[in-house]
Amino acid sequence: MSTLSLTSAFTLLLKRDLVLAYRRRAELVNPVLFFVLVTAMFPLGIGNDAKLIQAVGPGVIWVAARLAALLSLDTMFRSDFDDGTLEQFMLSAHPISVLVLAKILAHWMITGLPLFIAAPLLAMMLNVPSDAIPTLMLTLVLGTPTLSLIGSVGVALTVGLRRGGVILSLLVLPLYVPVLIFATDAVKTSIVGIPTSAQISILAAMLIGSLVLAPLATAASLRISLS
Amino acid sequence: MGSPRYFYHVAGKMIPWFAISFLLTLIAGVYYGLFVAPPDYQQGESYRIMYIHVPAAWMSMFIYIVMAVAGVISLVWRIKITEITIISSASVGASFTFLALVTGSLWGKPMWGAWWVWDARLTSELLLLFLYLGIISLYSAIEDKRVAARAISILALVGVVNIPIIHYSVEWWNTLHQTSSVTITGKQAMPTSMLIPLLLMGISFKLYYGAVVLMRARAEVLERDRNTRWVRELVEGEIK
Repeated sequence: MSTLSLTSAFTLLLKRDLVLAYRRRAELVNPVLFFVLVTAMFPLGIGNDAKLIQAVGPGVIWVAARLAALLSLDTMFRSDFDDGTLEQFMLSAHPISVLVLAKILAHWMITGLPLFIAAPLLAMMLNVPSDAIPTLMLTLVLGTPTLSLIGSVGVALTVGLRRGGVILSLLVLPLYVPVLIFATDAVKTSIVGIPTSAQISILAAMLIGSLVLAPLATAASLRISLS
Repeated sequence: MGSPRYFYHVAGKMIPWFAISFLLTLIAGVYYGLFVAPPDYQQGESYRIMYIHVPAAWMSMFIYIVMAVAGVISLVWRIKITEITIISSASVGASFTFLALVTGSLWGKPMWGAWWVWDARLTSELLLLFLYLGIISLYSAIEDKRVAARAISILALVGVVNIPIIHYSVEWWNTLHQTSSVTITGKQAMPTSMLIPLLLMGISFKLYYGAVVLMRARAEVLERDRNTRWVRELVEGEIK
């Protein structure tokens, strides 16, 4: 048996997932398109009142980001589950939680990063003051990986189900709420001009906590789903 | 204790005790709460909904913690009875959470002037309801019930982060919902005559949960073991 170090297994898996995503570039755009479309629906729905749009702007961006993250979650383990790759992971000599972390990271780079890049543009369109945009970006860079990590547990639990989609949103959306609350609160506070280090610290703490715990829970859930 | 057959018989003997003591504490608590306890100097008579609302809210968190502990035990030791405890508790917990939300809403209308406010306590309690519903729907979606039980064990454990958020929400965010009036140590915020029925109702609700969860667990045991000999003998004995 060839000995593959854990680090190279991690990078190989990450590279594989990124290459697979790059081969299907058209699908890459979908979460961003969804994100932009949902965000664009809100001003159309609530009317052309600049002040109102500014007031709801940060919340709208975060809710849309959350929905886009949810929409793309299902693809995290789907194809690997269908073609049996996940079962090979279970047989591998490396801890599954680390392999899972590589997959989550790849998934975030594919779906989370594009949202992050599109966000400032949407923030401008929603009249979010330019002073608050760095805070918005900071909450997104801390918050969206947390969403991917928490979501991975839900995906792992539902990957074996035929109609897992609705259940997935029921499982995952309540767990997304704390991130949403602190992130939008940070952006709103920064619009008023008050320091936001408290909310940012909590978001960072949630990221670190889920970074440590979520891969373990996801690995355990995958073992159950494959049993 | 791990044997379903043994559990079935012991639980059958325990249910009447739970049910009788539940009824006794319920009658005492309702009588004391509605007739003996004095009206509140601010809220008048309407505060009496507290005797349902507060114990229901306690139970909503208590049952979730029971489920999470049972989840750890089932994941580590694979004990069938704790697996059954989780799913038998889930719908009772969801009902208590719903009851706490509804009574809170009925209480909020005369006191705050609104059925619902997006207060931290209310929102986190609503999330708890969704967690319960998620657990129930995940369990029913997975065909193999042993696999399903392990899946909801993990979900119950992940969701347990919400419990401290609910419990401390009134202290962390100083929003509309009042802070806790009952403490284990330190001076009580309400007179003893109001506190006694509250505690009676709290005990009564716990006994109710004990009785109902045992009934549900017994039914679940029978359904899971329906192909074993002891269940067949039991059913045949009942038919004769």
